Amino acid sequence: MRTFEYLKPVTVQEALDLLDRYGEKARLIAGGTDAMVMWKQKKISPDFFISLRNVTDLNSIKVQGDLTIGSGTTHRSLELSPEIRKDFPVITDAVVNLGSVQVRNSATIGGNICTAAPSADTAPPLLVLETMVNIIASKGGRSVPIDEFFTGPSQTVLEPGEIVTDFHIARPLPNTGMAYWKHTRRKAMDLPILGVAALISFEDDLKTCKKVRIGLGVAAPTPMRAKQAEAFLEGKVLEAGVLEEAGKIAVGEAQPRTSVRGSEWYRKELIGVLLKRVALICQERAKGAADK
Amino acid sequence: MKKTIGFSVNGNSVEVEVRPHWPLLRVLRDELELTGAKPGCGEGECGACTVLVDGIAVNSCIYPVLEVEGREVATIEGLADKDNRLHPIQQAFLDKAGVQCGFCTPGMIMSVKALLEENLNPTEDQIRHAVAGNMCRCTGYVQIIESVRHAAGLMSQSKE
Repeated sequence: MRTFEYLKPVTVQEALDLLDRYGEKARLIAGGTDAMVMWKQKKISPDFFISLRNVTDLNSIKVQGDLTIGSGTTHRSLELSPEIRKDFPVITDAVVNLGSVQVRNSATIGGNICTAAPSADTAPPLLVLETMVNIIASKGGRSVPIDEFFTGPSQTVLEPGEIVTDFHIARPLPNTGMAYWKHTRRKAMDLPILGVAALISFEDDLKTCKKVRIGLGVAAPTPMRAKQAEAFLEGKVLEAGVLEEAGKIAVGEAQPRTSVRGSEWYRKELIGVLLKRVALICQERAKGAADK
Repeated sequence: MKKTIGFSVNGNSVEVEVRPHWPLLRVLRDELELTGAKPGCGEGECGACTVLVDGIAVNSCIYPVLEVEGREVATIEGLADKDNRLHPIQQAFLDKAGVQCGFCTPGMIMSVKALLEENLNPTEDQIRHAVAGNMCRCTGYVQIIESVRHAAGLMSQSKE
C-alpha cells in the first residue's frame, strides 16, 4: 500500500533532527495544499512527511520598522494583518485572492516560496521588497537574497537538511508606494496569467522615481526582477511615455512561454499594460501615505 | 501502520484508528459515518469537503488527519441543535432557496458559518470573498448570497 509516515515536530531543532535522520526519504510539508495534492497525484512519494504546522516559532508577523514574516505564517494571517495592509500593501495584494479562504487558512508563505512555482503569488512582492530569506540547518544558518533563491521551476538554492525560517524585509524609504497586480480570469482559485509587482520610492515631488523595483511572475522559468526596466525608470518623472518605454524594456528581459493560461505573445503584451497599471497605483499609494 | 488519535467532532470526543496518509475527509465519512462533507475534486479546489478545524474553514480532502489530533472539528452534522431545530444558516438556505442539488451545501454552509462567526453584517463583496472557494455547479449563487444575508439577519436577531 502506498503510504507515508507523518511526523509532527514542535520545534525547529526537532524538525532539523528529523531532516538529518531521514534525508532524501523525507519531505517537508507546511499547509499541505500543494504537497498533499502532489502526493495524491503521485508526483511525490516520500517515506516521511515532516510537518511544520506545529512548529509555532515559525508562525509570526513582526513589524518593528522592519518586517519579519515566519515561514509558517498562513496567507490568511497575512491577508488579515492590519500592519501589513498599511505598511506593505503589496503583500496584501498578493494574498487576498490566492486560492480560497480554505486554502489560505492552511497554505503558508514559506510553502508558496519553497514550492517555487513560476506563478507563486508571494514571489513578485517579496522580490520588490528585496527580501532576505533566512535559512537554518543543523550545521548552521545562512541568508539568501530572494533574487538568488529561485533556480528553476520548482527549484531553489535550498540544500538537503535546510529549512527556511523567516523572510526579513527592510522598512521602505519615505514616499514609497507598492502594488501587485495578479492578472487572472477568475477572482479566486486561479493562478496568475501574469503577475506584476512594483515598488517605487519617489522624490518629495511624488513624481520623480528615486528607487524602482519590479517583480514579474509567470514571465520566466522563475519569478524575476526586471532590473533594466528598474534602472531606466530611476531618476525619471513617472509619465505615460516613460512607462511605455519601461514596459518594452521589461518585455525584453522576460522569457514568458505559452501555456494553457496564456500565450507568450499575450504575456508579453500584459507586461507593458500591467507595469503601467501597478506603477500608477504605486504613485497613488505614495501620495496617500504622504497625505496622512 | 495504523495509529489511534483523539480529537473532538461537533463537541464529542472521538478516538479513531487511522492511517497517516488518510485525509480528514476520509475519516469523517468512512470511519465516523459523517457523510455531510462531500468528496468533490479531492484536490482542495471545489470546497465541497469544507469543515472547520478550531473554527477555521479548511478543505478536509487534503487536510492530513494526523493534524486534527487534539483539535476541534465542526461539520454540518453539528449545526442543528439537540431537538433537531435547524441552525439559522440552514434555515436561511431553505427560506431563500440557497439549495438546488445540495452537493455544495454542507461545505458552503460551513464557510458561511466561519464568516458569520466573525462578521454578522457582511457586505456582498465580503460574502462573495468568503465563499469563493465553494463551487456550486448548479450556479445558484444569487440565492446563496441572499441566503447568507438572510442568515446574518436571523443570527443578529437571535443575539439581541
